[in-house]
Amino acid sequence: MGTDYTLKDLEYWDVRIREKVEEFGLDCYPQEFEVCDHSQMLAYMAYSGMPSHYPHWSYGKSYEKLKTLYDHGVSGIPYEMVINSSPALAYLMRDNSLCLQILTIAHVYGHNDFFKNNFTFKSTRAEFTIGTFKAHADRVRRYVDTPSIGYDKIESLMDAAHALSLQCRRNLAVKKLSEEAERERIAAASIPAHDPFQRIHRRQEAVEPDLRRVPPMPDEDILLFIRDHNPFLAEWERDVLTIVHEEAQYFIPQIETKIMNEGWASFFHKRILESLDLPQDIRLEFIVRHNQVLRPIPGSVNPYHLGFKLWEDIERRGDRPTPEERENLPPGKTGRDLLFETREVDRDSSFLRRWLHEELMRDLDLFRFEPKGEDLVVSDVSDDDGWRQVKETLLKNVGMASMPVIRIEDADYNHNRTLLLVHAHDGRDLQLDYAEKTLGYVHRLWGHEVVLETSVNGKRTFLTFSDRGFSAKAAK
Amino acid sequence: MSRTTDSIFRPFVPADAERSDRSAGDRARHRLKLRESIRDNIADIIAEESIIGKDRGKIIKVPIRGIREFRFVYGENTPGVGQGDGKSQQGQVVGKAKGQQGSGEGKAGDQPGTDYYETDVTLEELIEIMFEDLELPDLERKALRQIEAFRISKRKGYRQVGIRVRLDKRRTVRERVKRKLATTRTKDVTASLSARAHAPGRFPFHDRDLVYRHMTTDVKKESNAVVMCVMDTSGSMDTMKKYLARSFFFLLFQFICTKYRHVEIVFIAHHTEANEVTEEEFFHKGESGGTFISSGYQKALDIVQARYHPSLWNIYAFHCSDGDNFDSDNPTALRTAKELTDVCNLFGYGEIKPLGSRYYESSMLNIFRRLEAENFQTVLIERKEDIWPSFKAFLAKDKGKDD
Repeated sequence: MGTDYTLKDLEYWDVRIREKVEEFGLDCYPQEFEVCDHSQMLAYMAYSGMPSHYPHWSYGKSYEKLKTLYDHGVSGIPYEMVINSSPALAYLMRDNSLCLQILTIAHVYGHNDFFKNNFTFKSTRAEFTIGTFKAHADRVRRYVDTPSIGYDKIESLMDAAHALSLQCRRNLAVKKLSEEAERERIAAASIPAHDPFQRIHRRQEAVEPDLRRVPPMPDEDILLFIRDHNPFLAEWERDVLTIVHEEAQYFIPQIETKIMNEGWASFFHKRILESLDLPQDIRLEFIVRHNQVLRPIPGSVNPYHLGFKLWEDIERRGDRPTPEERENLPPGKTGRDLLFETREVDRDSSFLRRWLHEELMRDLDLFRFEPKGEDLVVSDVSDDDGWRQVKETLLKNVGMASMPVIRIEDADYNHNRTLLLVHAHDGRDLQLDYAEKTLGYVHRLWGHEVVLETSVNGKRTFLTFSDRGFSAKAAK
Repeated sequence: MSRTTDSIFRPFVPADAERSDRSAGDRARHRLKLRESIRDNIADIIAEESIIGKDRGKIIKVPIRGIREFRFVYGENTPGVGQGDGKSQQGQVVGKAKGQQGSGEGKAGDQPGTDYYETDVTLEELIEIMFEDLELPDLERKALRQIEAFRISKRKGYRQVGIRVRLDKRRTVRERVKRKLATTRTKDVTASLSARAHAPGRFPFHDRDLVYRHMTTDVKKESNAVVMCVMDTSGSMDTMKKYLARSFFFLLFQFICTKYRHVEIVFIAHHTEANEVTEEEFFHKGESGGTFISSGYQKALDIVQARYHPSLWNIYAFHCSDGDNFDSDNPTALRTAKELTDVCNLFGYGEIKPLGSRYYESSMLNIFRRLEAENFQTVLIERKEDIWPSFKAFLAKDKGKDD
């Protein structure tokens, strides 16, 4: 086989690692490991680790890209890949050394615990993951085989759906209201609040709310809205939109917790391996590998590094707080309590907002950069004046915050079934050529004129895509 | 924690690894989209000097557009956060704005810029893509057939051995049914009833049941063909013009080599007199002197006369020149051109006039206008980008509709 270990070795170390996992209080799903070679690994990466996935050319593209990068040595293959399911599935690269396998196994248990316990993953229903993806794949393949549908139609629909799949609600822990419930809420809100001094006040005018509006409240789930409100879609088209939407929803928690998740797994693989009493040669290799994974990447942010540092700092705060920090801590919390509580209730944005403080930022030497002409120029560094700016910018770039928020405002704009989308502009303009193409996809799905209201260089702008093509117009 | 089950380790199975090329279908589809994208941009790629005259195995980088995956994303004016080495200063330059280096959030996949990429294509593959819809027009069957135009596979009966994809399931099942009936019948005769009742319900396939469709290759003979490349190498053909002419002939040469197995090619270079030259000389040697276009045509006619009788051969002649002919030669040129059209299936004349030079140089296009023959075609090549369209104009399959 050309490897320096046997399956027995892996099982031996796994038992020892699991003892530690239990000792440290991690709470995992059952775990399954699969040993695979590099081309299988690349394939798993291309299909997000899923053993079964519907076909689409973009996965072929992503495979080719990964393979090119791998063949040219630009990027290695990550040591591990684990998917959020119950039992959790992880892949081990056959060619890795025993040390890397041990490190990977420990790392995987960290992720596994995180998947099981972090609140964002509650919506993913891990026990059905593999079955769901398989069912999706089967359904899509059946449509492909249906003579009246076929590959081309599916593909062009998928292209459009993929473009919009991440334009959806971000906080899946908040329940989505039905349109009925939304209307009731609007109606309730339009009644003036009870005023104890009504006799001396002028009577407030009750403004009648427009309850006929669709959607009653702005809707972020573009695919679902179109699925439910475009009467010209065929049943299979609705189903494909649902499939693409559901798969995107599955991945949102992972996008939303990248820093926490990687940091958590790294934090615990270090702890586990340090307590394992490894043979000398394996320990030395571990130190090298660990530092490779966790090294800061100059000019960029390594989520492993940042997450790891934060978790370490959180534990320190619990165990050895500064007097100032002690005041803000709930009494009687140890570092361990803080760690486990945080891994349950935070996502990257709240995690950074709560725990990334000025001193740590200075240690990490985080800076904010802006494009200026041809160059990217540092605009703020983490000093007294700039750290808030740096932190705000970082928060805008983690998780789903790096995707623009675009909501459906009105499905009958100007009373001619035009779909009005509004970009919630937060100082960052859209990439216009991308917006044009993507709006074309919205048009393809909606089957009628679509308008996107955004802001370009500070000017309110309407981007329109109709049967006549694309046009952009600044608001008067 | 309630850990009742052990973790499961599934070992590596080489057979699985070999079988599980699950991305093959999606890769093929992606490759197809790449090809489409390349075909859409082929005129630009041809215009790149680097292709012409290069070895076929050479790998060229082709910028790919049109297979990006679009989403709503933030534009390039978006600020980001990075980590420094402890000495970051305000105003320090940390990267280039274009190409998105230095902007890292570990999520660069969603950012524009990363999706632009170049792909490696061999010249061979590129040429194949280019020539997909082209062919020598009006190829007629001539008496002596020699050229293998194409091969197709044809079904021819059934065999017991073959490759998996050609397994005929229906016939295989039928064979099995036959064998089953046969065995039960013999059992009826030889064995007792109880033995028959004892026989297990399973009756598996046997190697002998398998039936495969048998294929033979069928070589279709096409008519003989010869392509005559006539190029003006006179002094008035400056570097640019020669480059354009050679590019054109290079494409033609590659096209014929790619699509036809036994087409003969004749190279003629002419100034005031014409010579038959080798491929090497044709593409790489410069000459000078005045221009008698008729000399080239006469040479072509002579060669046809000597070696390629029109009744036996499909003849294609292509001529590239800047049209700056010696005036007194024009009547002869017209006459010989006429004679050429009589013997050729197609006679194409490409006039090379880099932009601007059209106004002060004489043109053969005006003279050839008087030549009325259906199989005579002229094109004007003004710049590099024109080469491909003019090439296509000569050889497009559905030429009839284009005109």
